[in-house]
Amino acid sequence: MGELSETALRAEALESLLVEKGLLSESEIDQTIEFYNERVGPMNGARMVARAWVDPSFRQRLLADSTAAVAEFEFVGGEVQKLVVVENTDTVHNMVVCTLCSCYPWAVLGLPPKWYKDPAYRSRSVREPRAVLTEFGVELPAGREVRVWDSSAEVRYMVLPQRPAGTEGKSESELAELVSRDSMIGVAVL
Amino acid sequence: MADDLELPAELAPPMANGEVLFEAPWQGRAFGMARALAEAEVFSWDDFRRHLIRVIGEWDREAERLNASGGEYEYYQHFLEALEGVLAEVGLLDDQDLAARVAAFRMRPHGHDH
Repeated sequence: MGELSETALRAEALESLLVEKGLLSESEIDQTIEFYNERVGPMNGARMVARAWVDPSFRQRLLADSTAAVAEFEFVGGEVQKLVVVENTDTVHNMVVCTLCSCYPWAVLGLPPKWYKDPAYRSRSVREPRAVLTEFGVELPAGREVRVWDSSAEVRYMVLPQRPAGTEGKSESELAELVSRDSMIGVAVL
Repeated sequence: MADDLELPAELAPPMANGEVLFEAPWQGRAFGMARALAEAEVFSWDDFRRHLIRVIGEWDREAERLNASGGEYEYYQHFLEALEGVLAEVGLLDDQDLAARVAAFRMRPHGHDH
């Protein structure tokens, strides 16, 4: 039996034991999965970014106390009880990683993509961020500083990307549609 | 690669942001179990995370020792191991019970796995 199907068997066995012990039900597990599929995702972070672009006082609040600012939206999904939003500028480009596991601000970005959790990204984003960015298709102007933020149990980070040129006159919801998940991790620019 | 994803809607895996949320159903079950248990306060998410960091750290150190490229990394295997670890820590999972259940399930005729 392949290694992964052995793990599938193990997960199934664990679930059956836990359900038998009355610790949880199969439908609770179903509902949790459905919740993260349906109600949690990067459209939340995109809305926050768009608001920061159009509303300077919100932008200020977002950068000064991101935890309080995200609470204004009442997003569900968790892992933003301590959030810090870092802004990209003409002089600084930010990237986010969790070097030790997979910490990620679920309520604003959904669940992390596979590559974010891979050992290669976890170690190389800190050791050689510019090389990683190049692989993601991001070439920064020479002289722009790259800052890498390590999300952890204590704090989760999210990037506030720069507003693209030529978007004056777009509505907040149109702007939100321009914001990619990867730009809020810091491996894409808009 | 896009052609591989042209499944009828009822068979297509859950997509989020154009990506699959879980590559296989068991991964979703593992995640769902961990979250549901944490929400029921069987353990705290920070307790679970501590185990996840431990398990991943062990893998990272072993990979470095072997000078491995990391190609064999399966996140949800470590996730499941961490879940077993935190459940054992709070006295709700016995290794032998799990081993017995795994053995029993392995003996099932084909058609039961999914």
